[in-house]
Amino acid sequence: MSAPGSPEDWLRVTANGLYCEPGDFFIDPRWPVDRAVITHGHGDHARAGHRRVLATPGTVAIMRHRHPGDATSYQPLPYGEALSLEGVDVKLVPAGHILGSAQVVIDYRGQRVVVSGDYKRRADLTCPPFEPQQCDIFITEATFGLPVFRHPPDVDEIEKLLQSLMLFPERAHLVGVYALGKCQRVIALLRRQGYEAPIFMHGALFGLCGVYQAQGVPLGALQPIGGVAKTELAGKIVLAPPGAQNEVWARRLPDPRTASASGWMRVRQRAKASGIELPLVISDHADWDELVATIDEVKPGELWVTHGAEEALLYQASRMGVTARALSLVGYEDEE
Amino acid sequence: MERFAALLDGLIFTPARNGKLTLIKEYFRSAPDPDRGWALAAMTGELAFREVKPSQIRALVLERIDETLFDLSYDFVGDLAETVSLIWRSPAAAAESPPRLKDIVEKLHAATRVDAPARLAGWLDALDATGRWALLKLVTGGLRVGVSARLAKTALAEWAAVPLDDIETVWHGVAPPYRELFQWLEGRAPRPTIAGQPTFTPIMLAQPLDDADLDKLDATGYRAEWKWDGVRVQLVARGDQRRLYSRSGDDIGTAFPELVAAMPAGVVLDGELLVMRDGEVASFNDLQQRLNRKVASPKTMAEFPAWVRLYDLLESGGQDLRALTFDERRARLENWYAARQPAMMDLSPLLPFQTWHELKELRAGARGRGIEGIMLKRADSAYVSGRPRGPWFKWKRDALTLDTVLMYAQRGHGKRSSFYSDYTFGVWRGDELVPVGKAYFGFTDDELRRLDRWVREHTTERFGPVRAVTPELVLEIAFDSIHRSTRHKSGVAMRFPRIHRIRWDKPASEADHIDNVERLIS
Repeated sequence: MSAPGSPEDWLRVTANGLYCEPGDFFIDPRWPVDRAVITHGHGDHARAGHRRVLATPGTVAIMRHRHPGDATSYQPLPYGEALSLEGVDVKLVPAGHILGSAQVVIDYRGQRVVVSGDYKRRADLTCPPFEPQQCDIFITEATFGLPVFRHPPDVDEIEKLLQSLMLFPERAHLVGVYALGKCQRVIALLRRQGYEAPIFMHGALFGLCGVYQAQGVPLGALQPIGGVAKTELAGKIVLAPPGAQNEVWARRLPDPRTASASGWMRVRQRAKASGIELPLVISDHADWDELVATIDEVKPGELWVTHGAEEALLYQASRMGVTARALSLVGYEDEE
Repeated sequence: MERFAALLDGLIFTPARNGKLTLIKEYFRSAPDPDRGWALAAMTGELAFREVKPSQIRALVLERIDETLFDLSYDFVGDLAETVSLIWRSPAAAAESPPRLKDIVEKLHAATRVDAPARLAGWLDALDATGRWALLKLVTGGLRVGVSARLAKTALAEWAAVPLDDIETVWHGVAPPYRELFQWLEGRAPRPTIAGQPTFTPIMLAQPLDDADLDKLDATGYRAEWKWDGVRVQLVARGDQRRLYSRSGDDIGTAFPELVAAMPAGVVLDGELLVMRDGEVASFNDLQQRLNRKVASPKTMAEFPAWVRLYDLLESGGQDLRALTFDERRARLENWYAARQPAMMDLSPLLPFQTWHELKELRAGARGRGIEGIMLKRADSAYVSGRPRGPWFKWKRDALTLDTVLMYAQRGHGKRSSFYSDYTFGVWRGDELVPVGKAYFGFTDDELRRLDRWVREHTTERFGPVRAVTPELVLEIAFDSIHRSTRHKSGVAMRFPRIHRIRWDKPASEADHIDNVERLIS
């Protein structure tokens, strides 16, 4: 039961995701809807087949690339600009997760709800930083919602990779990265650390790198491994989607040393179980300290937790005197 | 400590031996003394702490972290050292700079059980997550990073470009943190003196011999003995010190205290460690019961009585005999044995033969328990460490083989991580296949590629890295022996199984039945 006029009356959890009734839109719905507001371009959030999509220009570019045949009508909304949907004010502000990622700020009848989508607080060369918004209800993710998750500085992890290149110059370094976001962030970090050599990539990664470059993110020389002699790949960095080290494709690489860039690499047994030799703890999600600091900063009247390890975060919120509940939204993945 | 932590972190993730060697060598090259010596001691199991208990570590972390949050985290991570290392919060201004490995070792050895936890907390504050993890692994015992003492010594030898034998020779005459060892290896000091110390002498090994090679050798110039199916050991008694070493120079005396106690003084002996009951050599499985334990209980000693069958005498009364001929050493061994009649030992008998034909017949008749084949030793051979070409040969009895059916295949590691290269095979029991073993070598690279393709095309189910396949491919498996085992579902365990031939031609229905397996059990 909720008090009259509380946001729970107009923002509901449905089997198809969050639904704003007066505005008649869903946020990151699982199945096709008339109008969707999309937080970011990852496949579990930005699905195909909606009639109308409201998202940042970056997210629209990603969705157009990923769903080329779609008849969707895209409405790009730049960061910070407000728009009224049937009397509900909607604004997209940076979430710092990947290119185009946004928090959805919803104002209605004097109440403000912020849907964070997926977010992080660390600097990322490929997207603008998260902007905290004070609000009545903050809807947060909790992918890394346990105090064991504290991501180290990303530069240190990239240095680990560069050190390994020197120690094992006879081996290709095969780095598993998600095609959207992690791939481009790792490339940008390598470039910032002064790695100027061409970066070799699995064919599945080129398309989205092109989208990033078209959006003004410089990535340097990128090259497929087709036609390159095996010996020439020794001591080189090769990016590929996670799991590609187990595919026949990987046989074109000389004795690959397998790395993976993911927040899950923090826990050794998990990294070991996936056969990774060089875990790189580089995450596009907030770690525990960032989740807690953000709650402290946005000072929500209430905290709603969408997906991830919510139990510990709910407990932590209660210790901070913040009313919190789990939304148990289904359909979003813990992968990164 | 950070360098040592990075080493352990690298080792735990690097499955290949060469990769591990590269990491350890780089550490020896870059770490200062005496830190690298303490690290070597930790890797070779020569460094142990008893000052800190897991319950104390838990208590330390709960002074800093809410218990509910800790328990939720521990539940997710599953390992105490790792959970604590990740969850630990250092005060904003860490008072101390990160400790060196030597500080930790020296101060912890000087600490009492009362003040050790406070010291530990200070170091945990000063280190990062990887450093904390390594520190906790170190102080709670057991690094478990997949490095044996031998691998660490191999890395040391490769780094210093000296033969591994040289390291093994001096090993038991030097002690952590091995300053003199590193000084010698870097050419800054003479080789450490080991006279009078009960050190290990690297053993002499034999080359394998095929039947075809035999006719090139002159039968009169060789002596023959049974090759006993135990483990090679070296017994060293110098002064009042006694040691029992494995073939790789590990001190295994605590597992066989009765042998150490019974060792006569003033000798170095080479022999085979066996379990012996009423003059009969027991199965290798029985010996495993002893080898698997670090310490032997009186019950275990009574149930699995240890014995040494002697092959050679390397030193007697302080005199090094290794340069003498085999015949001369053998005569001294026999005289020494007759005079001393030592308990729990006997002589490995010499086999009488005039021609290779006679020896072949002897070998063919020896299917008995405890015999792996025949050893041939040139009568005039000196005792030379390592595996010299020519003086000694091992002539193993023919391997046993079975026709089995491929049931499951698992992806390999490192170079083989894109190949299904570990094969579980079974034999028929009625209409059903029961797995009897697993093999991952014995095939060429081309055959591996073909097997991998076959597995991918015949997959019926997947379980993570494992695929079940249609039971259609016959693998002829060779193995040295087969024993009963409670550890395996089929109730048998093979020694040294390898793929002998891939029978692309043979129908699976013609593979062996479990009855054939039972018949081969020794």
